[in-house]
Amino acid sequence: MSPLPLLQGAAAPAFGTPDGVAIGFFIGFILLTLGITGWAARRTRTTEHFYAAGRSVTATQNGIALAGDYMSAASFLGIAGLVATSGFDGLIYSTGWLVGWPVVLFLIAEPLRNLGRYTFADVVASSLEPVPVRLAAAGGTLATITFYLIAQMVGAGSLIRLLFGIPYETAVVIVGAAMMAYVLFGGMLATTWVQIVKAVLLLGGAAALALLVLARFDFDPRVLFAAAAEAQGAAVLAPGKLVSNPLDAISLGMALMFGTAGLPHILMRFYTVPDAAAARSSVFIATGLIGLFYLMTFVLGFGAMVLVGPDAIRAIDAGGNMAAPMLAELLGGRPFLGFIAAVAFATILAVVAGLALSGAAAISHDLWASVVRRGAPRPGEELRVARLATVALALVAIALGITFKGQNVAFMVGLAFAIAASANFPALVLSVFWRRTTTAGAAASMVVGTVATLALIYLSPAVQVDLLKREAAIFPLKNPALVTIPLAFAVGVLVSLLRPEPAAAARHAALEPRLLLGDEGSAGA
Amino acid sequence: MTPSPTPAAAAPPDAAALARARWRVAAALTAAMVCVYFGFIALVAWRRDWLGAPLGPGLSVGIVLGALVIVAAWVLTWVYVRWTRRHYDPALAALRAHRQRGRAA
Repeated sequence: MSPLPLLQGAAAPAFGTPDGVAIGFFIGFILLTLGITGWAARRTRTTEHFYAAGRSVTATQNGIALAGDYMSAASFLGIAGLVATSGFDGLIYSTGWLVGWPVVLFLIAEPLRNLGRYTFADVVASSLEPVPVRLAAAGGTLATITFYLIAQMVGAGSLIRLLFGIPYETAVVIVGAAMMAYVLFGGMLATTWVQIVKAVLLLGGAAALALLVLARFDFDPRVLFAAAAEAQGAAVLAPGKLVSNPLDAISLGMALMFGTAGLPHILMRFYTVPDAAAARSSVFIATGLIGLFYLMTFVLGFGAMVLVGPDAIRAIDAGGNMAAPMLAELLGGRPFLGFIAAVAFATILAVVAGLALSGAAAISHDLWASVVRRGAPRPGEELRVARLATVALALVAIALGITFKGQNVAFMVGLAFAIAASANFPALVLSVFWRRTTTAGAAASMVVGTVATLALIYLSPAVQVDLLKREAAIFPLKNPALVTIPLAFAVGVLVSLLRPEPAAAARHAALEPRLLLGDEGSAGA
Repeated sequence: MTPSPTPAAAAPPDAAALARARWRVAAALTAAMVCVYFGFIALVAWRRDWLGAPLGPGLSVGIVLGALVIVAAWVLTWVYVRWTRRHYDPALAALRAHRQRGRAA
């Protein structure tokens, strides 16, 4: 389900010893990002700064930050490990993790920037009754973020224990505290720059590692793949056991593709740029960078397969997550391992900061300002609630990270994508592109998308067999997106057609200039 | 449609057409990306032997197609950005200018 299968595997003690170079890079990154946070804190005074960095981020900066927000440790360490241990099958993830981005560009980025202010619920609510829509959207957002955060926190704790020899609980607390500091004081501006620094480090580290690998194979990937086929058999270049059920593969693919277009922390980044054209350019840049990164994971994975060997990788971590760090140690020694370990840590921090910020926005902007205060919060109140929500989310994330210690949380990344794809994406597309969408239709689509995804995941083999150790699961697919995405669309359309809402259709028509032109297109602006 | 009270609130007649044109391009490109990716996944699921066929030393059909999925994502985003630069942005600029004239009048 996710390329982060078993971070909980037993670690060989030699690999997890505290290392001076790794700790040095780690402290350097923390100091740099806290410095950025201090700088950003002086510029973060209003809700617009806190949620959207004052709309001052350039298209290039946002493109890099989107890549930094999206490329998780799961995709860096997990895919490299999956390719290293099972060859071709890892590529299913490499490609799946990218193909949502063109969809974001074509369908989501520009309408989102033009119709909304801070959250994706702004867009769904733009022509509908705000209260039911905001409640349903906040539910979908918080569900997505909670499962994504659990996966990241548990992954972070295990990873940092393996890489730095720091105890699991300490690592979880460090990640939670750093995340809270960035978001609480520096808001979106600090989060953006943490993500930019991380993206540059991750792309630079992966590129350096890929070049070191290719240097051993005449700088020709074909020589590398041929060496892999010779060492492990030609089967590593062909589909293997990972995809045993075709419908499972298609369902996972749908969750990855449309989930990307419904991830609240990714969607929120489009509000940081000045206009829709900049939002569009930033997705174009992000697609280029993320695609490049996943192409490099081909080289890293097969390089680790040939140079380190699948058995040695599995001996350190059963899920194969240490393939890239082991490759770094082999090719560049302890200092390079230390650098790659620090990059993996930075990767987690940048992702969780983005998650915390979008969760805080859902609580303060969608729930507090729009539902509790009916769209008229007292001056300064929304920002205070956002900061309180950030602290609460950090404490919840730390608590969940410690609660789920040692659990197999791999299915939670897939779950987060499935909820985003089923709860957020259909309502967003319907409300932007279909004039007859009603308040009840959009709200029902989001609620059914969330609840059906949670229920089917619970009944799926990922929970029933892998987690609860039952014989068989009631629902056959590991990822429910194949059922829940069409279901959410169908519910949205049917409920809208059953009881038309003429006022919403009229508002939708009146918003047409705004959909194209943004604020300039507002009536009377 | 009732006449709007202020000229600024009235969309010029081509706004709806432009919105439809953008939707058509966006839908076609989305469909292309869906076909490319799910075509690849369908081959992985149902035509494993074919994907494992070698294409010379070190390359199989599957490895090449996997890389081409990533290249296809790049090409499709580039096609969209090129369309916006050539057609969509100039049309938006005209729309914007029209609205400003309407406001000044």
